[in-house]
Parts: sequence; C-alpha cells; structure tokens
Amino acid sequence: MNIQLILFIVLASVGAISSVVMITRKHAVISAVFLVLNFFALAGLYLLLNAQFIAVVQVIVYAGAIMVLFLFVLMLLNTETEHKLFADKRAIKLFAILISAFVFVQVAYLIFHGNPSRSLTPDEAASVKAGTIQAIGQQLYTNYIIPFEVAGFLLLATTIGALVLAKKKFE
Amino acid sequence: MTSIPMEYYLILSAFMFCVGVAGVLIRRNAIVVFMCIELMLNSANLTFVTFSSYLGNSIGQVFVFFVMTVSAAEAAVGLAIIIAIFRNKKTVNIDEINIFKW
Amino acid sequence: MINLIYLTTLLPLLGFLINGLLGRKIKNEKVIGIIGSATIGISFLVVLGAFIQTIGLPVEERSNTVNLFSWLSVGGLQIKFAYLVDQLSLTMSLIVTGVGFLIHVYSIGYMRGDKGYWRFFAYLNLFIFAMMNLVLGDNFVVLFLGWEGVGLCSYLLIGFWYDRKYEKGTTSQAAKKAFVVNRIGDFGFLLGMFLIYMTFDSLNFKEVFSRAASFPIAESTIGLIALFLFIGATGKSAQIPLFVWLPDAMAGPTPVSALIHAATMVTAGVYMVSRASIIFASAPAIMTVVAVIGLLTAVIAATIGLVQNDIKKVLAYSTVSQLGYMFLAAGVGAFSASIFHVITHAFFKALLFLGAGSVIHGMHEEQNIQKYGGLKKYLPKTYFTFFIAALAISGVPGFSGFFSKDEILWSAYANGGFVFWLIGAITAMLTAFYMFRLVSLTFYGKERFDHNHVHPHESPAVMTVPLIILAVLSVIGGYIGLPKVFAGEHGNLFEGWLEPIYAPAMNKLAMYGEHTHLEEILLMTVSIAAVLSAIYFALYIYRKNPQIAENVSGKFKGLYNLLLNKYFVDEIYEAAVVQPIQNGSEKFLWKIFDVKFIDGIVNGTASLVEKGSGVIRKIQTGVAQSYAVVMMIGIAIVLLWLILSL
Repeated sequence: MNIQLILFIVLASVGAISSVVMITRKHAVISAVFLVLNFFALAGLYLLLNAQFIAVVQVIVYAGAIMVLFLFVLMLLNTETEHKLFADKRAIKLFAILISAFVFVQVAYLIFHGNPSRSLTPDEAASVKAGTIQAIGQQLYTNYIIPFEVAGFLLLATTIGALVLAKKKFE
Repeated sequence: MTSIPMEYYLILSAFMFCVGVAGVLIRRNAIVVFMCIELMLNSANLTFVTFSSYLGNSIGQVFVFFVMTVSAAEAAVGLAIIIAIFRNKKTVNIDEINIFKW
Repeated sequence: MINLIYLTTLLPLLGFLINGLLGRKIKNEKVIGIIGSATIGISFLVVLGAFIQTIGLPVEERSNTVNLFSWLSVGGLQIKFAYLVDQLSLTMSLIVTGVGFLIHVYSIGYMRGDKGYWRFFAYLNLFIFAMMNLVLGDNFVVLFLGWEGVGLCSYLLIGFWYDRKYEKGTTSQAAKKAFVVNRIGDFGFLLGMFLIYMTFDSLNFKEVFSRAASFPIAESTIGLIALFLFIGATGKSAQIPLFVWLPDAMAGPTPVSALIHAATMVTAGVYMVSRASIIFASAPAIMTVVAVIGLLTAVIAATIGLVQNDIKKVLAYSTVSQLGYMFLAAGVGAFSASIFHVITHAFFKALLFLGAGSVIHGMHEEQNIQKYGGLKKYLPKTYFTFFIAALAISGVPGFSGFFSKDEILWSAYANGGFVFWLIGAITAMLTAFYMFRLVSLTFYGKERFDHNHVHPHESPAVMTVPLIILAVLSVIGGYIGLPKVFAGEHGNLFEGWLEPIYAPAMNKLAMYGEHTHLEEILLMTVSIAAVLSAIYFALYIYRKNPQIAENVSGKFKGLYNLLLNKYFVDEIYEAAVVQPIQNGSEKFLWKIFDVKFIDGIVNGTASLVEKGSGVIRKIQTGVAQSYAVVMMIGIAIVLLWLILSL
C-alpha cells in the first residue's frame, strides 16, 4: 500500500462521486461547480500519470476557461430551477440509466478481457520523459504541425461563429 | 505509477463516460447536457493519457491537446446557439425544443 | 374454283360491311337487298363450281385444303386459317349458300318498309359468313369461330325488332335466352376441344381424325371428348336439355326463322357430329346416348307441336323434332343419312317457314292459327307450295322427306333395334298429324277472321318465286339418296358421295347386321300406312269436324295443358337453375363475398398500413434526447455482438 495507490483511490473517488452528484442536482450552477471539482480530480490523476503539461492545461483551459464560460451563460440566462429529476418521463429516464449501466458493464468486461497489463511493461523513466513539455512540443511542431495549424483555424472559426450566433440583431 | 494496474484507470474512465451518457439522456436543461458532454470528453482524455503514460509515448498527450481544443471550440459555439434559442423561445428546456418531429 | 373457296366467306363479309356501315345512307331498299343477295348468289356459284370440279376428281383427291394464313402460332400449337374442301363441306356449303340465297331474295319482299332494312341484310350476310366458316373450317378453331359467330348472329336477328313485346317478355329477352342457352352448350364444346388438344396434340381435323383412327385411345377419354362435343351440339341444335331457346327464337322475323332456325344454324351440331364421326364411332356408349336423346327429343317435341296455336311455334317444335331424327341417325352410325335429312329438311322446312311468313304477311302480322281458316283461295301459290312441303315432311313416298326419313328409320331398326324404329315411326305419325292439322286450320274450312279488318292477299313475286323453287327441290331432292333395296348396292348416290368421309368411322362400327330386303320393305310399308292414315285423320278432324278435337282436349284436360305448356320445361329450368344461381349470386357472392371479404381485404390492407404508420411515426419525437437513447441502444447492441464474437 504505497502512497501512489492511496492517492489514486482518493482522487478516483472524488472524480467518480462528483460526476454522479453532478448529474443529479436540481440547480444547474451546483452541477457546474461539481464538474469543476471533477476536473480538479482529473488534473490530480494526470499528475499521478506523469503528464505534467496536460494536468496544468486541464486546470487552465477546462476548469479556468470553459467552466467559467458555462457559469457566465448560466447566470446570464437565469433559468428557473428545474423540477425534480424523476417528476415526469420516468420510464424513459429509468431506461436510459439502465442502458448506460449495461454499456458500462460491457466495456468493463471488454477491458478485463483485453487485459492490457499482461502485455505491457511500463517504464517509469520513459513515462516521465513523455509527459514533459519538450516531448509534447517536439511532437506537436514536427509530426503534427498540420493538425496544429488546423486547430488554430478551428478556434478562429469558433470565435467568429460564436460572435455571429450570439449577438443581437441590428435594429 | 508502476504499482497501479492500468485497468483501474480505464475502468474509472469508462465509469465517467457512462455517467456522462446517463446525464445527457436524463437532464432537461440544455446547458447541463453540454456539461455532461464535457464530462464524456474528459473521460476520453483520461484514457488517452493513461495509455500514453504506460506506453512511454507522448503522442497520446498530443492528442489530448487537440481534444481540449476542439472541446473548447464546441462549448463556445454550443453556448452561443443556446443563447440564440433562448432569445426566441425564452427557455432552455429541451423538451420544449421539438421542432424536428413529424 | 376450289382455290377460290375463300370468296364464299369474303363476299358475305363484304356485304355485311357495306350494308352495315353504309346501309343507313343508302335510302334505296332495292339496292340494299340486291347487294345483300348478290354476295350470297355469287358465293353459291363459287361453291357450285368447286362442287363440279370435285366431282371430276378421282375419289382419293376429293379432299383439298385451301390455306389462307397462319392464325395462331403459340408454342406447339399451330392453327392455320384454312378451309377444307371435301365432300361433306361442299354438301353443307351448297345448302347454306343455295337456300340462303333464296331466303335473301324472299327477304327483299318480306322486310319491305321496315326501318331496319339495311341492318337486316347486314346481319344476314354476317350470318352466312360465320356459317360458311363453320362448315368450311379445316380445324376445330375455325369451326368454333363460325359456331360462335352464328350464335351471335342468331342473337342479333332474334332481337331484330328490339322494341317489340313478345309473349310474356320482350324480343330482347328471347334473344338473350337463345344466346345464354347456346353458351352453355358452347362450354361443353370448349371442354371437348381442350380434351382433344390434350389427347391428340392438335386441333386440325385431318391430324386429329387420322390419329383417332390409328392409335388406341383410352375409352374414357374418347368418351368424354364425344360427350362434351355432343353437349355443344345439343345447345346449338336444340336437343334435350337445351332446346328451350328455339321456340322463343320465333320472336325474330320469319326469314330469320327459316334460314337460321330451320335450314342452317341448327344443323351445325349435326354437321359437327358428322365431321367428328370417327371420335363418336370410337365411343359406342356415347353413340347410344346421342341416339336416345335424339329419339326422345323427336317424340317429345312432336307431342308439344300437336297442340300449339301459333303457326311459327308449330314449325319450331317441328324443327326440334326433325333435328332429333338427325341425331338419331348419327347415333346409330348412319352419318350420311343424318346429312341427307339435313338437306331435305333444309328444303321443306325453309319452304314451310317462308310459306308461313307469306301467310303472316298476308294476314297483317296475325300468327294465331285459330284466327285463320279458308285462306286457300286468297293465297293460292302459298297454299300449293305449303302443301307440298307438308307432304314432304310427313314422309309421303315420292317426296324428298320420304327418302331421308325412311333411311333413318331403317338404320334405327338395323342398328338400334325394334324399339327405336317403333318410336321413330310413331313420331312420323305425329309429324304428319300436326302438319296437316296446321294446313287444315290455316287453308281449309271456315274463315275465322274478321273480314272488315283483315284482307288477306297473296305475296309479291319476289316472295313466291323462292317458294316455288324450294317446292321443286322438296320434290326432287330425295332422289339422290334412293334406298339400296330399290336401287341396288351402289344405288344410293348420296351415301356413295359421302362414303370416304365416314370410312374410318364405319370401320370401327359393327354395322348393318344381316337383315333381309323383305324386312326393309315390310317396315317401309308399315310406316307409309301409318303416315297416310295420320294425314287422313288430321284432314278429317280439322277440315270436316273440329268438334272432335275440342272433345278430346276437353276429356284429357290435364294432358292437353301439359302439352300446351310444353311440359313446363321453361318453368322448371327457371326454378331449378336460374333462380338459385341468381339468388346465390346476389345474396352470397355479391353481398357477402365481394363486399365483406374482398373489399375487406383491400380496405383492410389500407387501414393496416395507416394504423401501422400511425404507430411508427411516433418515433420521431423531435426531442434530440430520445434519438440519443436510440443511439445508446445501438451501441449496446454492437458491444454485445463484439463480446459474443470474442
């Protein structure tokens, strides 16, 4: 029972529980807050996996930018509190939960059946090296330069699109 | 890291994904549905990073980079659309946005 | 001339087209009549030429086929439209065109002033066209074409005066009855044709008959074929049980009755049985059926004719009776005798009908003989020819009817037995009796009509000349068929002429057992005596002492009623056949089967689709989440499949 396992258990529990809680809250803002908690837990897990850059980017981009955007829109729209979750359309909602659980069971079975640990011999040093900014940047600017540029265009298009869609009509 | 079996991370990722799916199917508020979609994307990111770490290859993390980019873009545009709909229908309740039917 | 035989059908067809299409515009009745008659006259000359040419040929070459065109070519079935010019078809053609021509000329006068004058001649020409196809065809299909064609023309001509009433209904109803009853017979004929094709793999006369003669065919098959063909014949030639249309057919104009329902169309059945003699000869059981039915029809129709009061009805039942004789002859194997009787019957029956037409014409359309009487001095030519015809039909020696009827009675005795002869002779007595009853009531005795309203007059020459020609033929026509007992072994010219046609059939039949000449002369004498006495009685009763007739009919009122109402056959058919079919069709087939079942299926399919789509369209809710649920179901299924295939 080393420190890593304990950390993993704590972080994984926080992530799992916060995700479940997130989907069951009546108030949308509370759901957003729990999602932020989930992201932090994920960032911790990334650090456990020696992915330093991704962990930081996770906090900055996801928790810091996207969730802020969500919260802004939530407060802007000022939606009323939702009714209780299982007030209507009970059958379909129950069925949806069941089908999701069923899919989870199937994927879990596939994972265990695939048994990746058997054929994989993880190398600590390589893993640390792979998580550094140098390594990612190396890949990003040489082998994946074109997707990189395209991502830039995508963000440009997004900016323009969001502007056009959300603005008020000219009177 | 070496002592934690890879399957644990993958199971966690699958769990978060299925929770996200359940959320998408159950919730009525459009914005909350979007947040559940973000949850699903994050579970995919976790899988990528897991594999990248255990294989000692950084390509998985490069892919995570792009996923985050796309996710951000999609969130922005989606929220803009929701705002536009809200202006017309004064609601973000999905059940009332059902013009797709026969 | 044999090769020009197609003219005999082409010319009447042309006449039909010209008179039919342009007749309404041609206002001149004479022109229409001349066109109508000339086509038949020329056809007669062509047939005569072919006949003379055929006589000059040696016996083996007397059967010639004239190919016109290939009509049906379907897989293995090759039907050519071709005419078979041999002894039998030439004989029938001579009668059809010859007597037909005389009747056309007669009609020029009879139908004068009728508003459908052009229609009449058009239909008559069409009829000759169909009848010629019937007798000349060299395969069953052309024969059937003519068969149906004459049925159609019969319908058209019976209902010619379509706006007139007739007895309890209209002329159209009588025409419809003729057509429908004919159709029942035609169904039998068709079944026979199908069986023939199945058995012999051909419908051509020469092929079928040669195969029937050489190959052994199952007794039941050939029997069925013969039976079906005979059913067709009973329909067309008015035998039991399908004779009911002929008396009603008297609704048509009298020349129609003369041509179609006496001389030609009704003999088509006899011709067909004669042509297929080999098939009948191979099925002795059916031959017996033919003979028995012919005999029964002859005697029953004669009894009905005894008491009828309409001049044309008497002649109609007389026709049915004489047709029975022809089938009796065919049934006992005397095919040439049956054709002989066809010929002589054509002469005297056409004469009788035309004479009756002359009387009706002169009495201003009155047909009830109880209102005639003493017309001898007003219509002398008509009376004289009518009398000759009556003598001929009664079988008085020296006239044509005697030779043909005697031939039939002798064959009935030789091949059928004493009972056949006896009933046949009794029928001959009845025939003589009712014919001379008719003559007496019409031409002799007191005048029973109102002189102020009716002025009987003789008919014009255009009507009396054909009568005279037919009368001459009724006298001399019989001498071509002198009985063997008088003229020797080969003295019967007619039988010798037709012998090659019937040779295969005769080989199959055990014919003419040992009978002496003495028997023949004895029977002949007995029948002559019976006939002469019947004539005497008829003349005595109806000329001198009509009271006797009244007394007899008074004493046997039930029997008299039965005969007068023709044994209630029509009523029986109506109740037993027509009503049930009508009720069944209306109450069950229409109301239940068609409306509920068939409409139910069609409408049910439509409503099923409607309801189904009504359910299925609810899948499109418009809410994106429900679509997502369906997607998840799909994912679950794919994963399941993936797991199961591991």
